[in-house]
Amino acid sequence: MSDIASTPVAQNTLGFRMVRTLGAIAMLSGLLVVLVFQFTKPIIAENQRVAIEQAVFQVVPGATSRSDWVLTDSGLATSGSDGEVIYAAYSGDGELKGVALAAGAQGYQDIVKLLYGYDPSCQCVRGIKILKMTETPGLGDKIAFDPAFLANFDTLDARLNGAGDGLANTIVAVKHGRKTHDWQVDAIAGATISSVAVANAINRSLQRAAPLLQRELDRIRTQTNEGGAD
Amino acid sequence: MAGLPNQTEKLSLDTFLRGLWEENPVFVMLLGMCPVLAVTNSTMNAIAMGLATTFVLVASSVLISLIRNLIPKQVRIASYIVIIATFVTVVDYAIQAISLDLYNALGAFIQLIVANCVILGRAEAYASKQRLHTTLVNSLGMGAGFTLALLSLGTVREVLGNGTLLGYAVMPADFQPWVVMILPPGGFFVLGAWLLLFAWLKQRRDQRLLQQEGAPHAG
Repeated sequence: MSDIASTPVAQNTLGFRMVRTLGAIAMLSGLLVVLVFQFTKPIIAENQRVAIEQAVFQVVPGATSRSDWVLTDSGLATSGSDGEVIYAAYSGDGELKGVALAAGAQGYQDIVKLLYGYDPSCQCVRGIKILKMTETPGLGDKIAFDPAFLANFDTLDARLNGAGDGLANTIVAVKHGRKTHDWQVDAIAGATISSVAVANAINRSLQRAAPLLQRELDRIRTQTNEGGAD
Repeated sequence: MAGLPNQTEKLSLDTFLRGLWEENPVFVMLLGMCPVLAVTNSTMNAIAMGLATTFVLVASSVLISLIRNLIPKQVRIASYIVIIATFVTVVDYAIQAISLDLYNALGAFIQLIVANCVILGRAEAYASKQRLHTTLVNSLGMGAGFTLALLSLGTVREVLGNGTLLGYAVMPADFQPWVVMILPPGGFFVLGAWLLLFAWLKQRRDQRLLQQEGAPHAG
């Protein structure tokens, strides 16, 4: 502890200690995060696969396996390409039961995201599942579980028009109790905006997807490994 | 720099219990209000949030206590934040691995544990000054107190706002749920009611103490 060295050395030591401590802590933290990430990665991927599978099988009744495809403006591409991922779902004996597509539209508070099942043979929607929403609890959030509302989507008419470039009838939500056609969605009383969001999401998605799917039906009709099934 | 021997606390039952009652982070210190109000709309969310926060609190407090003499005080806050953020990331991945539904329900609030002032407050006020075992016990107590507080909000809000407890119906069939209780204002209502109760209990106890002190003087 001589007077000559005290000040500059003390400064250096402190600076070095600060850098050393922060560096060591950051390195250890990085190591820990990487370890946890590596360990949980396969589990999280499996969870996501199961979640998607459950949702797909829920919106396509009778399905037990699936293969992933990508929908582009020019048609279907194999999974892994850029574009909207769709899930072709098959029964136990490999017959196409329907195609599950994701859709979204602005709801009352935020975007309502949903998955719906489209059956190319009856040209209709067979079921929906709300994936993500922040609609008002007790009112708008009924779109996820209200049985009468969900019954709209048991066989929702989505026929192609004569030219084959869109739907014959726009899928629309109508006020509660005013449903007269199979392509209309009977809105929940008190949750009209949320119901409209669901109808709009499906309509917008199918106007584009239904013609493409009908054109490319042969490619997905039977389950092949081409589509990258699990 | 061999610690501050005069200020270290002796381990006792009180080290743990203080977090539950006397210094409850939510009801007494009013810290970490953001998750308290935001994710207590159901009992399950409250439990998950409480456990996640407790894990981060205990793990970061223990680590900080362990290396408290190695951290220069100029960079202590930065060090605490890095350590807390690490454990929050660990919890974030762990919850995704345990249940995606739970992860979606808790949303951004898992990541926001990093900004929970209970944790940084404990690191600065306790873990950086106390020995390992007292820090472990104290942070466990604080975590339990935080979880208890979330739970007391979550159960009330779920029962009144949805008529269920942990998803099971507990109210009579003709019960009309008070939807406001699971909306944000319900969080403020229920928190206010609990704070009122705690303030009333404290006031009553203080009055009793005052009377006991006054009694011999009067006699």
